[in-house]
Formats: sequence, C-alpha cells, structure tokens
Amino acid sequence: MTDAPSENLKRTPLDSLHRELGGRMVPFAGYDMPVQYEGIMAEHLHTRGHAGLFDVSHMGQARLWGPDADAAFETLVPGDVVELPRGRIRYTMFTNDAGGILDDLMIARRDDHLFLVVNAACKDADFAHIEAKLAGRLKMEILADRALLALQGPEAAKVMARLAPASAAMPFMSITDIKIAGIGCQATRSGYTGEDGFEISVPAARAEELARTLLAQPEVKPIGLGARDSLRLEAGLCLYGSDIDETTTPIEASLLWTISKRRRAQGGFPGAAVIQKQIAEGVSRRRVGILPEGKAPARAHTVVTDEAGAPVGEITSGGYGPSVGGPVAMGYVETAFAAPGTPLQLIVRERALPARVVKLPFTEHRYFKG
Amino acid sequence: MATVKYTKEHEWVRVEGDIGTVGITDHAQQQLGDLVFIDLPAVGKKVAKGDEAAVVESVKAASEVYAPVGGEVVEVNAALGDDPAKVNADAMGGGWFFKIRIADPKELDGLLDEAAYRELAGESH
Repeated sequence: MTDAPSENLKRTPLDSLHRELGGRMVPFAGYDMPVQYEGIMAEHLHTRGHAGLFDVSHMGQARLWGPDADAAFETLVPGDVVELPRGRIRYTMFTNDAGGILDDLMIARRDDHLFLVVNAACKDADFAHIEAKLAGRLKMEILADRALLALQGPEAAKVMARLAPASAAMPFMSITDIKIAGIGCQATRSGYTGEDGFEISVPAARAEELARTLLAQPEVKPIGLGARDSLRLEAGLCLYGSDIDETTTPIEASLLWTISKRRRAQGGFPGAAVIQKQIAEGVSRRRVGILPEGKAPARAHTVVTDEAGAPVGEITSGGYGPSVGGPVAMGYVETAFAAPGTPLQLIVRERALPARVVKLPFTEHRYFKG
Repeated sequence: MATVKYTKEHEWVRVEGDIGTVGITDHAQQQLGDLVFIDLPAVGKKVAKGDEAAVVESVKAASEVYAPVGGEVVEVNAALGDDPAKVNADAMGGGWFFKIRIADPKELDGLLDEAAYRELAGESH
C-alpha cells in the first residue's frame, strides 16, 4: 500500500469547507477533491436513503450565445438540441469523425442561450473544440467563476422545497433560476446517482454559504467522490474515460437512446456515417451490466471470457455496490454475449469467477416523475 | 511473550514461537476505508518475504498485502470471508489475516518495531 503523491492541484471554491468537514483529499482531474468524509459506504447509503451534497465545481460550465447556437451546437453532438424545449436539459456527447466519444455532457436551453456542463478532465479540450469548430456561429462564455453543487437523494426535493419553494415544481431534466436562502442560483433537476436531485450552479463567491445552508438541513450530509462513483456505477451511468472514450461509439456504449429519430435519420454530426451504419447493421460489442456471482469485486480492465475461457470483453467499471450489497460491474462484451442472463467468467487475479450479464441499472432509477 | 513487528507497507506480524500472525495495521485500514472483500492465501501455500500474500478490497480499490516474513501459511482467518469489516473494527486483533510458520526468524530483524512504525505512519499522513 502506498500513499498518493502530492501534486500541484487546483482547488474548488469549497476547498476550505472540505478540509473543515474532514474530507480526505485526493487528486482528481487536476483538482484536489474530497474522496470521502466519514466513509464511502456510509455516504453512499446516506445518499440513497436521504440526501447527499456533492461538490462538482471541477466540472466545466459554459454559456453559448447566438441566434442559431442550437443548430450550430448540433453539428458537434448527436443529441437533439434544436428541438430541445426552453427550460429543458438533455444528455449528449461530443463525437469525433470515427463516431468515438470525446466527452459526454449536459446541454440546457435557457431563454436566450444554451448552458453546458462538461467533465473536468475534458473541459479545456471541449471548450477549444467548440471554439475551433463554431467560432463565428456562436459566442461562448466559459463560467470559470461559478461553483457546481449536486444535491442527490430521495429527500433532496424536500430540502429544496424548504429552502426554495419554486424548485418543487421542477420536472426531471429541467433548468431554472431560483433563490436558495436568498442566494441566486441556476438549478437543474438532474444528477448522476440514479436518485431524484438537483445540480446547482452558483457564483463561486456564494458557494460556501450555499453549501453550509444545505448542510445545515437535517437530511443532508457531505458526500465525496468515492460514493459518487459507486452510486453512478449502481445506476448504470457511464464514467467518461472508463466506460466511454474516443474508441467507443454511442451505439457500442448502449447510448442509442440519446439520439432522436430526426438526428438518426439526418446525421450532421461528427462520425454520423459510422453511427448510422452501426444503428442499421448493429455493432460487434456492447456495453452491458455484469453481475459477479461471488463476493470478489472485478475492477476496470478485468478480462471477461465465455464459459469456455475465450476472451469476449473487458470490464470498464467495477467495484462494490453498497446498496446492492455485493460486487457490480459494467463493461463491453461481444454482441453475441450481450443478452441479459448470458453466463460469463471474470478473470480476477488469474482465477475465473462466474458472472452473468444483467440489465442496467443495478439499483432502480428514482428520478422525479412529477 | 509475543513480539509485534511492522513493515513499511503497513502489515504487522505477531511472533509466537515459530508462528507469525499477520494482518494490516489500524493506520492501513483507516487509509483503505470500508473493506468489502478479502482474498486470503490457501493454507499450505509457501510465500517468500515480500510476496503478495493476500488482497484487500475496499469499495473503491484492491490493495495487495505482502508477507512480512517467508514461510508456509498454516491457518487463515475464515471469519473475514463473511465479515471483512472485522478488519476495520479490529485490525490488530480479530481482523488478522493468516498465520505463517516462519522459515527464517532472521528475516524479522529487518522489520520495524512499534515506535518506528508509528513514526512512519504519522509521517505518511
């Protein structure tokens, strides 16, 4: 066992609060971030049972302005932006010419602009990509002076209703401006845990005050990146750089649902030809849920074989699911082995452990349905 | 009287006669967090000092546990199979991993005593 080396890391506006709360800080995507406070297991279960507060300020936020910003942005993503209603958000991804995924992101339509949230590790490249491809068609404002907090869990709505009554009416995947205890914020009803919840964009200068206000509610505890990862894995959601990257297409990643009928037909995004061909003819491998049958977790890069021992794929995210009470994983397998129920083996420390393909998610999504 | 020695990699070995009981330190379990699975060696397995002898899995990651001394594994703590959290609760006692018949007691001389280990663990925070 070794200790992580110290690096020259960026800090979020909540850095001193994390330390005050006893967060164990680790390097993540160039930032010093809390991996846990009281413990991943407790934090994970608290989020599933009550409400957890996550600092996701390391992620990139930007506004896109321009009369045809939506049509322009559609040239970079397979998601439907033109027909995205005002006040709604959508999950999509930047693709490359081979149909590979450069990053996944959330795009929202405000009254007079689009709002964008991208991954921390990709944000500089994403913003450069937008600038390079769309300069002249839209104006981008990178929001480096805003923090992003996520409040997730079955009691998140109760907490928000107390502090910001207007939030109670927000449908799933919507965006609005609200005031939380007098602090002007922009909130989306969305998240990354499979639970109902909100992501709240707030000026960096008010971020700590907002976080303290939320943490003062009896339902809320601070949650680190460790539980964020186990929660999203149980929810069957992709982690960029692990489950999706430049070598995986949205179709291989089982993200066809993010591409509307119109865009499947029209194309007009990088890699459209590849992706349309995959939609029509199928893919040779697919991202699936994989449930190890024993107690040993299978981590990323574990080789997946068929029952006879022939390699058929690889785990991309794997670990222990505290709500499931056992190991859970996802990864890519040859399409012939992608049907739920298919028996597989996982090669963990040179031993073949039995597993099977299962439908994702591992824990039922509990998004707000209205 | 039993002597407890430590490695720089955060294992401990309690020596009684030619038998060493091996586990990970309280500092190590704190660093790892909640343990969810422990892969123990087979009884009868022969290991050299520094060999990977067990693996501990936390929610987040797997970490190797190295043999502090060489010898033959003579017993494992089967209770950890059902309850790996025993290591979190009592790393230096009920959370022991395996017992080893020590092949060469001289190998113990290279290990840390408690004071030296405490200094190391304190510094690595």
